[in-house]
Amino acid sequence: MDSHTLAAQTAETPHLELGHPPFLRHHFENVAQQREAATFGMWLFLLTEIMFFGGLFCAYLIFRNWYYPAFVAGSHSLHIWAGTLNTTLLIISSFTMAMAVHAAETRNRKPLLRWMILTIILGCGFLCVKAYEWHDEWVEHHVPGLNFSPVGFEHGTKAYPDDKLAPDMAEKTQVYFSLYFAMTGMHALHMIIGISLLIFLLIRARGGAYTAGHIAPIENFGLYWHFVDIVWIFLFPLLYLISRHQ
Amino acid sequence: MSTIVSLPDQSTARLPKVSYLNKEYGLKSWLLTGDHKRIAMLYLISITFFFFIGGAMAALIRMELLTPPSDLLAADTYNKVFTAHGLIMVFFFLVPSVPATIGNFLIPIMVGAKDLAFPKINLLSWYLYIAAGTLMICVLTFGGVDTGWTFTTPLSTHYLNTNVVSAGLAVFIAGFSSIFTGLNFIVTIHRMRAPGMTWFRLPLFVWSHYAASILMVLGTPVLAITLVLVVLERTIGIGVFDPTKGGDPLLFQHLFWFYSHPAVYIMILPGMGVISEVISTFSRKRVFGYTAVAFSSVAIAVFGFFVWAHHMFIMGISNYSALVFSLLTMLVAVPSAIKIFNWSATLYKGSITFETPMLYAFGFLGLFTIGGLTGVFLGTLGMDIHLTETYFIVAHFHFVMVGGMLMAFLAGVHFWWPKMTGRMYPESVSKLAAVITFVGFVLTFFPQFVLGYLGMPRRYAAYPPEFQVLNVFSSAGATVLGVGYLLPMLYLTWSLKYGKIAGPNPWQATGLEWQIQSPPLTENFEETPIVTHEAYDYEWLESRKGSEVPTVG
Amino acid sequence: MQHFISPVLWQFLIHWLTNFAIFPPEASTIAPYADALYFFLVFISIVGLAAVALLVVTFSIRYRKEVSPHATQIEGSTLLEATWTIIPLILFMISFVWGALLYFRIYSPPPNAMNIYVVGKQWMWKIEHPGGQHEINALHIPIDQPVQLTMISQDVFHSFSIPAFRVKREVIPGRYNTVWFEATKPGVYHLFCTQYCGTLHSQMIGWVYAMTPQDYQAWAAGSTSGNSLAQNGERLFASLGCNSCHNSTPNAHGPNLGKVYGSRVQLTNGQFITVDGAFLRDTILNPTLHEVAGFAPIMPTYQGQVSEEGLIDLVEYIKRLDSQYRIEQTIENSAQQPVQTGTSPSGTSAPELAPGMVKQ
Repeated sequence: MDSHTLAAQTAETPHLELGHPPFLRHHFENVAQQREAATFGMWLFLLTEIMFFGGLFCAYLIFRNWYYPAFVAGSHSLHIWAGTLNTTLLIISSFTMAMAVHAAETRNRKPLLRWMILTIILGCGFLCVKAYEWHDEWVEHHVPGLNFSPVGFEHGTKAYPDDKLAPDMAEKTQVYFSLYFAMTGMHALHMIIGISLLIFLLIRARGGAYTAGHIAPIENFGLYWHFVDIVWIFLFPLLYLISRHQ
Repeated sequence: MSTIVSLPDQSTARLPKVSYLNKEYGLKSWLLTGDHKRIAMLYLISITFFFFIGGAMAALIRMELLTPPSDLLAADTYNKVFTAHGLIMVFFFLVPSVPATIGNFLIPIMVGAKDLAFPKINLLSWYLYIAAGTLMICVLTFGGVDTGWTFTTPLSTHYLNTNVVSAGLAVFIAGFSSIFTGLNFIVTIHRMRAPGMTWFRLPLFVWSHYAASILMVLGTPVLAITLVLVVLERTIGIGVFDPTKGGDPLLFQHLFWFYSHPAVYIMILPGMGVISEVISTFSRKRVFGYTAVAFSSVAIAVFGFFVWAHHMFIMGISNYSALVFSLLTMLVAVPSAIKIFNWSATLYKGSITFETPMLYAFGFLGLFTIGGLTGVFLGTLGMDIHLTETYFIVAHFHFVMVGGMLMAFLAGVHFWWPKMTGRMYPESVSKLAAVITFVGFVLTFFPQFVLGYLGMPRRYAAYPPEFQVLNVFSSAGATVLGVGYLLPMLYLTWSLKYGKIAGPNPWQATGLEWQIQSPPLTENFEETPIVTHEAYDYEWLESRKGSEVPTVG
Repeated sequence: MQHFISPVLWQFLIHWLTNFAIFPPEASTIAPYADALYFFLVFISIVGLAAVALLVVTFSIRYRKEVSPHATQIEGSTLLEATWTIIPLILFMISFVWGALLYFRIYSPPPNAMNIYVVGKQWMWKIEHPGGQHEINALHIPIDQPVQLTMISQDVFHSFSIPAFRVKREVIPGRYNTVWFEATKPGVYHLFCTQYCGTLHSQMIGWVYAMTPQDYQAWAAGSTSGNSLAQNGERLFASLGCNSCHNSTPNAHGPNLGKVYGSRVQLTNGQFITVDGAFLRDTILNPTLHEVAGFAPIMPTYQGQVSEEGLIDLVEYIKRLDSQYRIEQTIENSAQQPVQTGTSPSGTSAPELAPGMVKQ
């Protein structure tokens, strides 16, 4: 074998080497590579998620441009306090999640569990508020397809008495609510998946799986959680805030 | 005929004692494996299964079209059959064909890694594929679906009462399988390369898979959300695509083709990677203009995202946006032309032999050239008006997908068969199969160009009698083509037991995968390789001849 | 040869092989242009394919292993690569420009074209001539006269294709698409739906009858239903009560519709728009999307109350309103007969439906 060959690395049996903790999977060279790969993979996955929501945002922009008054009226009919509350809950949950990652980094099992439980509670709180809003929209006959009635938008509301849409434009609020339910529904689905994953991680964290240096799962889940949060940070202004001044 | 095959002496040749195939035994060791090579074999078996189901559908279509009236199949059944053919071939064969089988097997080895970055996700991807495939088979068994593979709204949302929702769900799940494969490849190529394996030492196979993976990761989610909206529209009646509620059916077309145009590059790019390897190996020469071929893959991936509206030239998009999309379509044709000429130039001053993979590669060159050039017809605005939605477009994409991708897939399967199984396929019968496939293919699809210019619409169960002669030619060709596809399945299965033992490098090829034993060890390399040479460096291979090839046992 | 196979089969084969199409008839002014482009594209395809085949075959013979036992390694050549980047690019650009010119020709109707309306539905073509001739799966047209088709679908996507004329356009629910052609040869040509539209997609076919202008006149006179589209539209206009606002009196609530077709109006958002069939159809269904400046947004929507045929009648009626006189006449006529509004969705007493109105 000359210097041009696939020369052997001199390492003997790598499994006895120092710095080869049990969580290092066999196909990675070292912990750094494994961690980089996992993080990189997570970012790529978030990229696919951006494209996923991107389709909905694209539809939203087109229809908002077409049916502007309907989108304004539809947005006025939402409970801004609920949206604000939910935004606050999610931002706090992002903070608690960040603290959980920090606890994993500093290998503190107890705080890690505490922060994770807090995150779960905040996430569930978000879903409860969302469920209340959806129920309210059901009562108001704002669910497209199932029980939609545009009549309310033809007469104006208490808060916005000027929101009197012509019948054809009132019909178009259905497009607004179609997108509203598709967007918040997909977001809530991501929340539910996130909470389920978090419960799974919590069970494993109880055994100390993530406080011995193997923090990649917690770290990457943190990325996912922040991403879901950021999607909401876009949904909240687009669905609730953007037309408040009118 | 001369050959470069350097098989070990058959009287003494042995398969390596330990390899990924016999490390563990039992069904469980396969179904719960994390080994990319075993997962690739699982994929190979499953996509072959789906290929033959899709092929049976194609056979039914061609039989129905032997005669002008819809006499063999009722119109309704015919619609279900071509929908099934499209859905299965696109989502369950073409998209995963080369990447999930050959790519899965080889990408880690080619970059010098022990496995893909996420073996469990790789296995999950196969299970998702199987779940989606099972669901699709159920859909077909229990009533079928007749939307066409394009799920056009409002037909799919309001006017059919077949299994649209479950078919959409199956495609949605298959999409996730594809996303995970692409994601795994990108991370592996970025983070798992062996020391010394710089980007420009990667084989072109890896480059083209990298480009295809970008498309999978960025395109597929858009299809996913589109299908979600279709399903919501069909089940609860939201109004995003429904014109009676203020929605826009053209928005569906935009979103659908935003994935489905890049999807054709997902299908063809990995095939192009195979062709680069095969042509280089059998002309014993580095690929002419390595950088140009590598970057043309990336260029196709990038431009591929901005040409989707060329599927909508006659749908009433504004004339000016049609102009822009036509121009971009012309630009995306250029990288393909570059590749074709670079492959041809690779032959120049080579030392060419004509093993089966090379014959398939030649077939690819000819058929893909026709497929690509007829794509220019369709990208040309005024011509597209007459040709779109006719058999011309059917012939065009079959030349690219079947003449291009399937030829490349078969070239790849034959080329790496000795690596995957440790045994050679029988050379002469496989050459015969390659020729039969080529002849059958041309006979099947060339008449369809003529039919297309005559104006015969696609997806017709019945057609005017003056189109019959050309349709009969096409059906006759399909019979030949069917034989061409059955043969490899038979002799490759035969060769698993009776094929000659291949040895590590029967083709004297340069790739890292040929420097290890066949079939490889579970961990691919005994030691992490250190790469000091470029891809397709035959002089390096020459210089290390005689040195022993590392095997275990 | 006859001796070896049965005479019946022989006759059949002869008939079969002599009666098959290989190239579509050129029967419109567009067709020769389309065919010229086609032959150009076929030509560059043959050149391209021949170039690749020549390279592959020559190299395969010249550099096969027996002749060339050792390969010479070559990195590449920037000059060559630039050549085969630029030459295809130039050829593709030529076909792009050529194709774009043809596209604009096919999709820009001349102003003097006669207008025929097409409504697509699963699975038939309904053709409406302004003179009141209604056809199904057949289209009669005069030759040497530009014909514009204004097309809409009442359910799913269809596509209206006449291969002999080399024209085709998607027929879409919710919006008018147009296509035009000028037939040059009398004859009977295929009419296909080329967009998959459900079970009987392959039965959504028909014939185009291109006739000399004299024959066309004779046909038109013989097959009219009595009322022109505009006359149907006039009745519908009255029965829907449109004239209570659009009555062109000085204090009318709605814009004056006389001579409105083809004019440019300003919308409340400041935009100017040319009034055409698509605009009229849209304002009837979605009045608030196109509020004309100077008028209050009080017009109700007629979504779901007027069929696509009824909308075509209304459009055709408004199009023909080139003077005040017609509206006034309509008002008088409708004053004499009891007006059937039929617009109230609750409609307790089922009103008799005027032609073109959708049964609720």
